[in-house]
Amino acid sequence: MKSAKSKQNTGLPTFGYIWRIRNSYLRYQSQVNMYKEVKYLIQKEILLEWRQRYALGGMILYVITTVFVCYLSFKNVIETNAWNALFWIIVLFAAVNASAKSFLQENKGRLLYYYTICSPQAFILSKIIYNVALMLTLSLICFAFYSLFMGNIVDNMLLFLAVVVLGSVGLSTLLTMISAIASKANNNFTVMAILAFPIIMPILITIIRLSQNAITGTDFSFNLKYFLVLFSLDVIVGILSYLLFPYLWKD
Amino acid sequence: MKKNWWKILCVLLLVYTLVAGFLTEVPRLPILHETIRNQYFHVCMWFSMMILFTVSLVYSIKHLAGNKLMHDTIAAEAANTGIFFGILGLLTGSLWAKYTWGAWWTNDVKLNGAAITMLTYFAYLVLRNAIPDEKKRGKVAAVYNIFSYVMMLVFILIYPRMSDSLHPGNGGNPAFSKYDLDNTMRLVFYPAVIGWSLLGVWIMTIQIRIQQIKNHIDL
Repeated sequence: MKSAKSKQNTGLPTFGYIWRIRNSYLRYQSQVNMYKEVKYLIQKEILLEWRQRYALGGMILYVITTVFVCYLSFKNVIETNAWNALFWIIVLFAAVNASAKSFLQENKGRLLYYYTICSPQAFILSKIIYNVALMLTLSLICFAFYSLFMGNIVDNMLLFLAVVVLGSVGLSTLLTMISAIASKANNNFTVMAILAFPIIMPILITIIRLSQNAITGTDFSFNLKYFLVLFSLDVIVGILSYLLFPYLWKD
Repeated sequence: MKKNWWKILCVLLLVYTLVAGFLTEVPRLPILHETIRNQYFHVCMWFSMMILFTVSLVYSIKHLAGNKLMHDTIAAEAANTGIFFGILGLLTGSLWAKYTWGAWWTNDVKLNGAAITMLTYFAYLVLRNAIPDEKKRGKVAAVYNIFSYVMMLVFILIYPRMSDSLHPGNGGNPAFSKYDLDNTMRLVFYPAVIGWSLLGVWIMTIQIRIQQIKNHIDL
């Protein structure tokens, strides 16, 4: 490669210039490939899920049944603490089940096949995006049924919905990663639960505090710091998962 | 002697801490009175734990990068020793709480954060035990270690700053409270921190050596 000192004045593009164009084209191509990979993997997930709809139906049924059990025990919850706590317990357990299912149901053979055809980043990204979408749907369904049965005592609805959305995203991202870690420990659901519950605490505590504020009706500016914490936790967890999954991938 | 000077320094510092900690004058503060001496023990436990967990994190990352079994051993034993110091910190804190706040455990942000950190690292131990294969164990445990460390930082450093707490010097700045930094307590406190941290590292090195012997026997 010619150094900068010996520049020719021929008017033709130099070797270095062509090299840079080649590199940026390869980078663009790999990003495009990654995007395609992720898209196909997500399509595959949705297709697999749709073929065996019972899992999806099972989760929705779990949510509805739990809400109904709460309704039968409490009949009418007026205290904001209890309302909030019950809602988030149901969402949390639905999240753990949904994310655990995503990794723990794959057997070794299938994982080996995935290993040969796609990059680890694409794989974990597709799993995270799929689980986030699933969790958003589940939590919104849960909120709909919860307000139907237990009454809707939320004062600041926009804030509460924002908490539900951000919280579900954070929970599902973290739980997907924990599920990936636990899948290496002989697909044990107990290990997944033990690993998940302490680590989920920061996100959970922030969610509970924020949603408590939303129910009692404080405005947005008061809760800004909690929102920032929740958002940054989501981002940190996402980036960590993206960076660390390739190390789990190399079986 | 050249390799072990720090162990002798550790013993000297700890003897100094124990003697001077109980014999020197301490400022009289409301609620705390004489129990402020616990600061030489309780706070130092948390310092040692933080140092050990940072060592564990660094060696976890090194293991992921290089895949040497030694790094994994160091990470695991550092986490073990860190958990031990964390439990000691919780116990000394609980004892302190009984005599100042009247209860063994209160609903305080820092206490909850510390307890959950302990739970996180216990889960790390469970994870290590659940994977029999050595190479896999190292990598998976390293990934979980990084997550636990980040969550620990969030819990111990960020949450207490966001809300009020019963801990002295909180409601804003939980690191060092204002009163103890400008009198004789400093003279005992700083050596105490160094002494207890050195003890933590010493225990960790012994654990590493035991683990290495076990690895050799297994092989």
